[in-house]
Amino acid sequence: MVELKHFINGISHPTVILTVILFIYPFIFPPTNWFEKWNKRLKFDFFWTKKGLITVYTFFIGFMIIGVQDENAKHILLKPDNVPIVGLLFLVHFFLWLSMNQGMKNDKLIDAGEKPNEYHDPKDKVLVWPDLVYIELIALVLLMAFLLVWSIGLEAPLEQPANPTNSPNPAKAPWYFLGLQEMLVYFDPWLAGVVFPTLMIIGLMAIPYIDINREVSGFYSFKHRRIAASIFIFGWLWLWINLIMVGTFLRGPNWNFFGPFEYWDLHKLEVLTNINLSDLIYIKLLGVGLPENILLREIFGFIVFFGYFLIMPPLLAKTVFKKLHQSMGNFKYGVFIFLVLSMVALPIKMYLRWIFNLKYIIAIPEFFLNI
Amino acid sequence: MTEEEKKEQENQESPEEKPEEEAAGAEQKLEAKEDKKHLPASVGEGSISDEMPRRSFFSWLTVAWLAFAAATGGFFAMTVRFLFPNVLFEPPQSFKIGFPDDYQIGQVNIRWKKLHAIWVVRTSEYIYALSTVCPHLGCTPNWLDNERKFKCPCHGSGFRKSGVNFEGPAPRPLERFKITLADDGQILVDKSKLFQYEKGQWDDPESFLKV
Ligand code: FES
Repeated sequence: MVELKHFINGISHPTVILTVILFIYPFIFPPTNWFEKWNKRLKFDFFWTKKGLITVYTFFIGFMIIGVQDENAKHILLKPDNVPIVGLLFLVHFFLWLSMNQGMKNDKLIDAGEKPNEYHDPKDKVLVWPDLVYIELIALVLLMAFLLVWSIGLEAPLEQPANPTNSPNPAKAPWYFLGLQEMLVYFDPWLAGVVFPTLMIIGLMAIPYIDINREVSGFYSFKHRRIAASIFIFGWLWLWINLIMVGTFLRGPNWNFFGPFEYWDLHKLEVLTNINLSDLIYIKLLGVGLPENILLREIFGFIVFFGYFLIMPPLLAKTVFKKLHQSMGNFKYGVFIFLVLSMVALPIKMYLRWIFNLKYIIAIPEFFLNI
Repeated sequence: MTEEEKKEQENQESPEEKPEEEAAGAEQKLEAKEDKKHLPASVGEGSISDEMPRRSFFSWLTVAWLAFAAATGGFFAMTVRFLFPNVLFEPPQSFKIGFPDDYQIGQVNIRWKKLHAIWVVRTSEYIYALSTVCPHLGCTPNWLDNERKFKCPCHGSGFRKSGVNFEGPAPRPLERFKITLADDGQILVDKSKLFQYEKGQWDDPESFLKV
């Protein structure tokens, strides 16, 4: 048991677990034919069958049972703040499973030359009045009852009066903001707190205008929307949900990483001396001091930044996204690739931080411009 | 009468009624049109006598608008006034923190953190006052004596004793405050004057106290 806990502590460090998920991810949600072949070969579509759901849930519940018996894990699993996130774990997986399950069924039907399920007036269609309205009423009442029991059963986590000179340690945002708080670890506040959330909302709004594949509208399908679906699931699952999980379960005092079974030691030492790209190049590589001139100092950062956003789109249009570019046209492709590149910038920055201890690519604290 | 007969009757009646109504409506419309036609060229004088005369109507409107504007303005003024309270329970911006000898060499003094939001650091040569506001997003870091660093609990920024950032996302070092010696030999800290490292202001002789 102790070894198992140690092992879980070890692999749950985000550098390990997020990397593992990152590599398995395209095999589970295959965006291309090649990945799909492997998906079939590795039998990953098992996850989206009923047995798959039961397996995953058994795994979750087993983890909870082991966790509750451990002092440290119990503390984070049963903390009133964290209860919604434990629930989220189950709910998110259920809805993902539900849509993937129906999508897989339809994909099989289409492959067999038949129409998808939704075409034959399926059994779950109901009349708005009275059926749907009644269902909604019942759901409403049940939800109210549930919230009532919840709010009575779990005490609200009240703390001492707010004091600007005393931040709790760790100071965690409400659970739905923990993804943002994780982003703040890697980015300047105006980027992580303003630009990225705005881009996310704009990006979500842009989806129906970018993905106008009429042939597969009106029914669940993964295969016939695999690029759109896999990109979306990446941003939503790997970035948003995962970061909430990391922020909730794996961040402890001083915002250090802690395994789920690890004691929250206030004095845990993690050496994280971070440096900017300019320091890395001028001081470490070239061995000269930083230039006085700000533009000269940050020139490499600008090259990297503009290179990323100006050279990558045409490059990708010629290679990976060739078909997509042709079918979309320049403008739509431009919007699409900008959104995708901004999204991928987050994991890229995270890995740069983990591997090179890189703090900012462009660092101009004089003008509050840090990227 | 059977039901069918009733229906027939209704059917017979309704076509007769409808044209009448329509005709009446049309007449009214015609009248209205004629009225408009007969209006004098200057519209203002041709107002209908039972309704409120236009002039007084306009003046009422003016009064109403003025009242509305005044009420809104007054409310806005009150809101602005609310931002400047009569009494501020805030410690003064400039204050004395005792004699240089009260501070040990090589130590970070956290005594004034609660009251004045400063750390007082004494090195072998200098004394300086650091702001307790994290330059990343404004949380209050903690001084960890064993690790010899300030560590922010919000996103993990770390600062050396000097206030220079070296880990986590903080883009710049902690700020320093103006620090001088008062006439009575006590240290005087003035928080209204900031010294930022990235602007090269830490060389300013007011940003530290030589001892
Ligand atoms: S506020 Fe201090 S690290 Fe973000």
